[in-house]
Amino acid sequence: MLEVALRHRFEASAWRAARRDDGFALDLAFASPEAGVTALFGPSGCGKSTVLSAVAGLLRPQQGRVVLGGEVLLDTARGVMVAPEKRRCATVFQDARLFPHLSVATNLRYGLRRAPRDATGPGFEEVVGLLGIDHLLHRRPAGLSGGERQRVALGRALLARPRLLLMDEPLASLDAGRRAEVLPFLTRLRHAARLPILYVTHALDEVDALADRLVLLQAGRVLAEGSVETLSLRTDLPLAARRDAGAVLACTVLGHDPARGLTRLGFAGGELTLPLRDEPVGSDARLRIRARDVAVATERPRGLSTQNLLPAQVTGIGDAPSPHETFVRLAIGPATLLARLTRDSVARLGLVPGQAVWAVIKAVTFDRSGSPS
Amino acid sequence: MSLGLSPEEWTAVRLSLEVATRSVAVSLVPAVAMAWVLARTRVPGRTLLDALVHLPLVVPPVVVGWALLMLFGIRGPIGAPLHDWFGIRLVFTTNGAALATAVMSFPLIVRAVRLGLEHVDTGLEAAARTLGAGPLDRFVTVTLPLMSPGILAGAVTAFAAGLGEFGAVITFASNIPGETQTLPLAIYSATQTPGGEAMAARLAAISFALAVAGLLLAELLARRMGRWLGRG
Repeated sequence: MLEVALRHRFEASAWRAARRDDGFALDLAFASPEAGVTALFGPSGCGKSTVLSAVAGLLRPQQGRVVLGGEVLLDTARGVMVAPEKRRCATVFQDARLFPHLSVATNLRYGLRRAPRDATGPGFEEVVGLLGIDHLLHRRPAGLSGGERQRVALGRALLARPRLLLMDEPLASLDAGRRAEVLPFLTRLRHAARLPILYVTHALDEVDALADRLVLLQAGRVLAEGSVETLSLRTDLPLAARRDAGAVLACTVLGHDPARGLTRLGFAGGELTLPLRDEPVGSDARLRIRARDVAVATERPRGLSTQNLLPAQVTGIGDAPSPHETFVRLAIGPATLLARLTRDSVARLGLVPGQAVWAVIKAVTFDRSGSPS
Repeated sequence: MSLGLSPEEWTAVRLSLEVATRSVAVSLVPAVAMAWVLARTRVPGRTLLDALVHLPLVVPPVVVGWALLMLFGIRGPIGAPLHDWFGIRLVFTTNGAALATAVMSFPLIVRAVRLGLEHVDTGLEAAARTLGAGPLDRFVTVTLPLMSPGILAGAVTAFAAGLGEFGAVITFASNIPGETQTLPLAIYSATQTPGGEAMAARLAAISFALAVAGLLLAELLARRMGRWLGRG
């Protein structure tokens, strides 16, 4: 369990004025569970990296309290400030920050050699195998690609046997191709690590792929926190204004049909059919179903190319960010979907809460990462 | 391999190398510490300290030699206890010549080391911290290797400059053949001696060769280190 409460004010200065308009205040508190990924999500300049620095101990906030697994790392009220090197909160930075004078293998062992003897975690060979970096061990960081560097940085942090893994936009400096290369490794690492991970990002697809819990930040404050699935259904948050707003469903891969080029996914309310994916049968996959990709029919449509026709019940009709649109909330068994429709469509179909309808979702609207493409 | 040099002339060359080596050996560690203070700390009076370090660059060397004479002379505030308690005399000795040279080249080393230190990405030190490295550990394993090109450049420059230090040495340590008569002092003496022109020319050529060799060595080492640090 990680508990964080911070209050910090950056005074306005010439240096800051060039970046932000004036001083910037941070005033927030959140908690994250024993294991799993908590994503700090928000626009640039919302203070998410500052939070990470304070948890790592690299920044001393004016007021704050950080407690990790019952141990107080920071308590300004009592004058407690554990040095970063004693916190065991290994950090993966946006720029990999590999030591340029050391080989990849020595970089990887840097934290491992300094970890307490009784610390447990995945071993050197396991991490190297997990991240696919065995062919790089004797190289120097200068000779690596951006994606390779970031993989080594992930391994180095994990091998330090930390109690908490901090990641500060680890994919933000990579181009789309390199991101796609590293993201699967992050997913694997997340399962292997079995420790809490605090993950700072402004990319929603990373949240969908990795996060268990989401802490939404805006202008130094916590706007909302909760599971990714729950927050994806909140139409009152800035998330809803995004093009890729929509319900996130936890799914399981049920089966593949290579002949037809399709994969079946099961979720709490039924099944979804998608273009063929490569995850093994039985594995978990999380899917963001964009509200703009969901259509509603009052009768079962016929002669339609769409793969996914799900019986649903309208449970609510709410405001969308645009004056001429609405979010229609659809219950499919215990699961909920959002559909973004024009007000005109809602009026034309005479949609009211409680009404039985069909949710129509084209299979090809699901791309690999769930991000708008 | 006499190169046409007399034993006395060889002594001057050997003495020059010895004085320059000792001066670098004495000033390197304090210079690294001083560079650290100037580049990384915000102690009050840092600007004054910075100016003080650079003083030997602008004050006439003879004045530096005179100041050393006042401080380290056997009646001086530092020289007296050194002499009375430890039996150490610096004036008119090889060690004294090394001290005068060290004081003169100190700002050169500090500047080079500081430049090297300012090139070290503090983000790497922060990364080392989160991986569990304490202050000394971080310095030895990250900062020091990454600033080593600066230290090397400073040491080589100071060594090359130290071979030719004149004013401070002759004022503080005098011009004693075999003891404090380094290359420039020997050249000066030769020019003051009737018929010494040939000797002066030979010693001047040696000085020139040593300076060029020093520069080449510095360049070679810098390239090696650049490659080692993955900058090549």
